[in-house]
Amino acid sequence: MSESRPDSTPTPTPISTSAGGGVAAPCMSRFSSSFLARFAANPAGKLALLLLALTLLTAFAGPFLAPQDPYDPAALDILDARLPPASAAAAGGTYLLGSDEQGRDLLSAMVYGLRLSLLVAGAGTGLACLLGAALGLTAGYFGGRWERLVLALADLQLSFPALLIALALLALSGPGLPKVALALAASQWAYFARSARAAALVESGKDYMAAARLQGLSHARLLWRHLLPNCLPPLLVILPLQLAAAISLEATLSFLGLGAPATEPSLGRLIANGFAYLLSGQYWISLYPGLLLTLAVTAITLAADRLAAVLDPRRQEG
Amino acid sequence: MTFILRRLLHGAWVLLAVSALVFAALYVVGNPVELLVDPQADPADTARTIAALGLDQPLWCQYRTFLGNAARGDLGTSFIHGVPALSLILERLPATLELAASALFLALLLGIPLGLWAGLRPTSLASRLIGAASTLGFALPAFWVGLMLILVFAVQLQWLPPGGRGETREVLGLSLSIFTLDGWRHLLLPALNLALYKAALVVRLVRAGSREALAQDYVRFARAKGLTESRVVTGHVLPNTLIPVVTVLGMELGALIAFAVVTETVFGWPGMGKLLMDAINALDRPVVVAYLLFAAALFVVLNLLVELLYGWLDPRVREGRQ
Repeated sequence: MSESRPDSTPTPTPISTSAGGGVAAPCMSRFSSSFLARFAANPAGKLALLLLALTLLTAFAGPFLAPQDPYDPAALDILDARLPPASAAAAGGTYLLGSDEQGRDLLSAMVYGLRLSLLVAGAGTGLACLLGAALGLTAGYFGGRWERLVLALADLQLSFPALLIALALLALSGPGLPKVALALAASQWAYFARSARAAALVESGKDYMAAARLQGLSHARLLWRHLLPNCLPPLLVILPLQLAAAISLEATLSFLGLGAPATEPSLGRLIANGFAYLLSGQYWISLYPGLLLTLAVTAITLAADRLAAVLDPRRQEG
Repeated sequence: MTFILRRLLHGAWVLLAVSALVFAALYVVGNPVELLVDPQADPADTARTIAALGLDQPLWCQYRTFLGNAARGDLGTSFIHGVPALSLILERLPATLELAASALFLALLLGIPLGLWAGLRPTSLASRLIGAASTLGFALPAFWVGLMLILVFAVQLQWLPPGGRGETREVLGLSLSIFTLDGWRHLLLPALNLALYKAALVVRLVRAGSREALAQDYVRFARAKGLTESRVVTGHVLPNTLIPVVTVLGMELGALIAFAVVTETVFGWPGMGKLLMDAINALDRPVVVAYLLFAAALFVVLNLLVELLYGWLDPRVREGRQ
């Protein structure tokens, strides 16, 4: 955000500095430090790395360790529905975090749900990045009418909140996770297109592009081998930020009943399932998936802030 | 004047584009008969409706009719309620606007003092906590926070009702909750829920703005004149932090209305967002379409108002654009 101005008083505990955050890390080994070392060079970076590892481990190793396969109807016992945390299961074992209304072990359902949430949000954001980068780079490179068209479409997307665009698309096309991924892409591509176009505009004017052009290289080669690699950093900075937003958005859409089906719940759907029982005090079905969701979004947001700080050379100097 | 004219033209283009997209989604991708004619209607009725809607006409003719009807305020008739979709939405509009305005007010009430505190004393413990809280405010999924508010304040403590709108009073032809105590009790939780994200945003903006202002010459000069610290803050620091707050909040007004869909669903608040979700679940397409077009028009108008307000607040913008 607006905090790129170098801090005159470097603070030692920058956890609170948050979004624009990451007080510039004092570069300890200026020449040899690898990317990861620079990333984790301050407490905020270490915290981000820790939370990110925890989230990814839960999502992608968790399903192998989970006590139950929540998508397998045979593994579920409807008599075990809505048991509070630490209840004994009929088939032996314990529901550590309780069970939901279909008798699913909540912990297992959450671990699987997190993976599903990450996959859908990742697919949507990845698609948005590809689409946005392709449109933005070509717009900045070719200019003219094509550029005006892309910018006008991006403007149109940005004049509406992402939630409303996704909601509109799903309301008109019906629910389902693949559609959610497409809706996420449709409501996010403009951010990537804008910054890809801005970067392409700057890079196109540089000498190396002029030199490459004079060699008579084809447009495709110029775009792919010369322009794209040099336009990547700004895209890499928005990618994780948009991913965090997409995870929230997917959860919201699934909560509203437009995303994951009841049989394969993502985190948002799990929370929605618990909503019906909240008033009778059966809090756990909504509480724990929400905590996991918050962990995932926080981890990715912090990592995104740190990545922005590491990739921005101006902040390195400070 | 040309500035206003240009913004108006831009707004018209956005509306035209949205109407074309919604039209395309309805008429080209889907089967319009399925979408616009009640599936429970008998065949004779269906045939009559198809003729009345002009679905045998060429596409551009249909689009012209669609636009003409929309311009006259005819956005179709609800399958479920049997009344014009637009009147349903207008009926629910005051509740949503009341919720959004309350949330905006709460966001400023919480965000400005906290942001100012964090900006003026950047190294204090309280400021660090405020910063961490605003990070969390961004990361917390709004709908889940709503559920947790219900769990704590309605289920556990039983201080406030879990949902609904409560007693309303007619003021200037609108029935509003803010004039009755019962209405306040119902409004507080949803407004707080909707406000949290914006409050985190306001904290960020005011904190960054006041830090920046503190380093400026005019603040140093004000101090050199011997003004008290409170005069420096209220007279010189605060006003200069508010310009970005107005801009960003203006851009976020639309998001506030969009996120009201979620908050209204959680708290059963009878606004147009809840109407939209009910319509989606009941496959009441005309209401969905009417909501989308109405929301688009609302956003265009809001954006226009914010641009004008911004030009009035910051003379540099006005000069630059004339």
